[in-house]
Amino acid sequence: MSGDKSFEIKVGQLARVEGEGGVWVRVKNGKIDYVEVNIFEPPRFFEAFLRGRSYLEAPDITARICGICPLAYIFAACRAMEKILEINVPEEIQVLRKIAFYGEWIESHVLHFAFLHAPDFLGYHSALEMAKDYPNLVRNAIAVRDWGNRAIEIIGGRAIHPIGFRIGGLYRIIRKEELEPLSRNYEEIRRKGEELLEFVLNMDLPDIQYDMTLMSLKGRKEYPILEGLVANNLGWEFPEDSFEENITVEQKMYSNGLHYRLRNGKPYITGPIARFNLNYDLLAPEVRDVLEAAGYRAPLKNTYQSIVARAAENLHSIIEVGRLVEEYSEPQTPYVDARVRAGEAAAIVEAPRGMLYHRYRIDELGRIVYANIVPPTTQNYVAMEEDIFKVGDLIVKGPPETAQRIVEMTIRNYDPCISCSVHAIKLRIINE
Amino acid sequence: MSGNGGKLRLAVFKFSSCSGCQDELINLGEDLLSIIEKVEIAYFLEASSRIDPGPYDVALIEGSISTPHEMEVVKNIRRNSKIVIPIGTCAVHGGPQSLRNWMDQGDVVRQVYPRPEWINSLDKTTPISEHIKVDYQVSGCPVNRLQLLSVLKQVLVGRRPYHRLESLCQECKRRGNVCVMVSRGTPCLGPIMVEGCGALCPSYARGCYGCFGPMIDPKPEALARRFEEIGLPREEVILKLRNFSSWSEPLRRFLERYERG
Repeated sequence: MSGDKSFEIKVGQLARVEGEGGVWVRVKNGKIDYVEVNIFEPPRFFEAFLRGRSYLEAPDITARICGICPLAYIFAACRAMEKILEINVPEEIQVLRKIAFYGEWIESHVLHFAFLHAPDFLGYHSALEMAKDYPNLVRNAIAVRDWGNRAIEIIGGRAIHPIGFRIGGLYRIIRKEELEPLSRNYEEIRRKGEELLEFVLNMDLPDIQYDMTLMSLKGRKEYPILEGLVANNLGWEFPEDSFEENITVEQKMYSNGLHYRLRNGKPYITGPIARFNLNYDLLAPEVRDVLEAAGYRAPLKNTYQSIVARAAENLHSIIEVGRLVEEYSEPQTPYVDARVRAGEAAAIVEAPRGMLYHRYRIDELGRIVYANIVPPTTQNYVAMEEDIFKVGDLIVKGPPETAQRIVEMTIRNYDPCISCSVHAIKLRIINE
Repeated sequence: MSGNGGKLRLAVFKFSSCSGCQDELINLGEDLLSIIEKVEIAYFLEASSRIDPGPYDVALIEGSISTPHEMEVVKNIRRNSKIVIPIGTCAVHGGPQSLRNWMDQGDVVRQVYPRPEWINSLDKTTPISEHIKVDYQVSGCPVNRLQLLSVLKQVLVGRRPYHRLESLCQECKRRGNVCVMVSRGTPCLGPIMVEGCGALCPSYARGCYGCFGPMIDPKPEALARRFEEIGLPREEVILKLRNFSSWSEPLRRFLERYERG
């Protein structure tokens, strides 16, 4: 019986995640005894070599931390620098930023839920193998993803590491008619987005319930993406500038990714499931209709259902892009300039995988003297390890082959972006 | 190609990088589905949990080499693959993370990790070609997916691949852009950088910042002189050239000279 089962699960290399990591789980006498999410992706030390670079370079350099969500880095850097320089970005430019950023959510979410995560639930090694049996799912996913990428390309020049965005706005004005390719097939893409969500809602997801501490930005009138207060389901609310006072950080010997918790020691989850549960009423009503027709609504009960949040946010993003494209009117100037001065500020945006925090200090010549970047995945490492304890029964009671699959699935619930996470580093100030 | 009904056995590997170049491969979307008849994806950890130990016909490699472990793995890939093609600026020139090569390494690690002694990192992060023989390279940050597709198709028919390595200026002229340096005095790395991105930055009224890496036989000293003439102080000239490809042979050699004064 499971009562005296003792074994180990070692996943040397996690597949279908971005970056290099593994998991080690030890089961002793029928209980999970030890869990280690081991990140061996080599660190790239962005915070160190940002020092001495111009404030204007922060968006383009930090974008390279992540090839899946470069815009999140670009906008976090822009917003932090704009706060230091007291630049107010006009509404028209905010609209363009949101169109592109939602495009990134679409590209990243579809990549994960359709290509990397769905194979777990449907029993395939990859989307390419899945394509033989689910051609519509894969084709719809490709079409929706291409459309999201197109939104970034039109405004930013290319989908990965776009070049069109700068502190204060954009490098050039985007003409209203340039956005036309997005409105042209909007209806078709929206329908496909709905079908993708319905497909996910019909999947057989584990129906267990456990406590989750969730933290995300909270929108006022709109679902949060570019800004908001930080909130969690313990009732905390605080501005982005006091983020570091509300969390603690620790380095583990076995991992190149640091470990973050709330200041009271509790692990927390950031990402689609947190945004979804904390901002459900702000999702487009059409999205909630589809969810509720299938019996889903907030709060989602476990991290396996994060795939629901992702597919719902994907449809929400499509609808928002459609609306914003209609709403857009061209700005007077591509960007707002400001006199350079010394200062320090922080900004949080919602990357597809959750809250992304940037803090910078610049000198009177606009040179970066200090940078701290906290990507979403690094905030989730402790929660990932905890989750494996929470689903211990599923892991222990089944045969060993299933055990490993469940462990991997549990990690993939977080859509971990390991490449980002190893830059999740608290910069210790020395020589100062 | 070996076995598998003539299918080309493709492997995709990642070292120190952002995953963006692998993502460009996924971004091929329908185009990827269309070549899948002729290609078997034998190893692509980001996209598939099917792990085929090799040997492979073609290995695409993203990322630079930053740890002793990565050094070992890349040598194994060489032994296990007929054709090795580093893709992207990290794999070809060192990438953004090679900016740390210009700094004191002990300092870098100490600045970033509370327990630097637990971090196992080489002193310098370096391109794939410093560790193994490579058969072809496609640079770019990210690599241009259409260039990548074209290279793959050439390999598929057994041809030695080719893509253009002229300066970005050529591409910029073909697009009909007004030169940002001539018309507005905006410093632009176009004259020494390789084409391939579509001359994006000048098309957006900004100067090229060099993410694709140097062209064939670049002349950084001439460009640095030009930058000085349009009023850039020396330390800014250095910052412009100390970019994502500053660890490439021609830029590194020039910068070492130029910084000495």
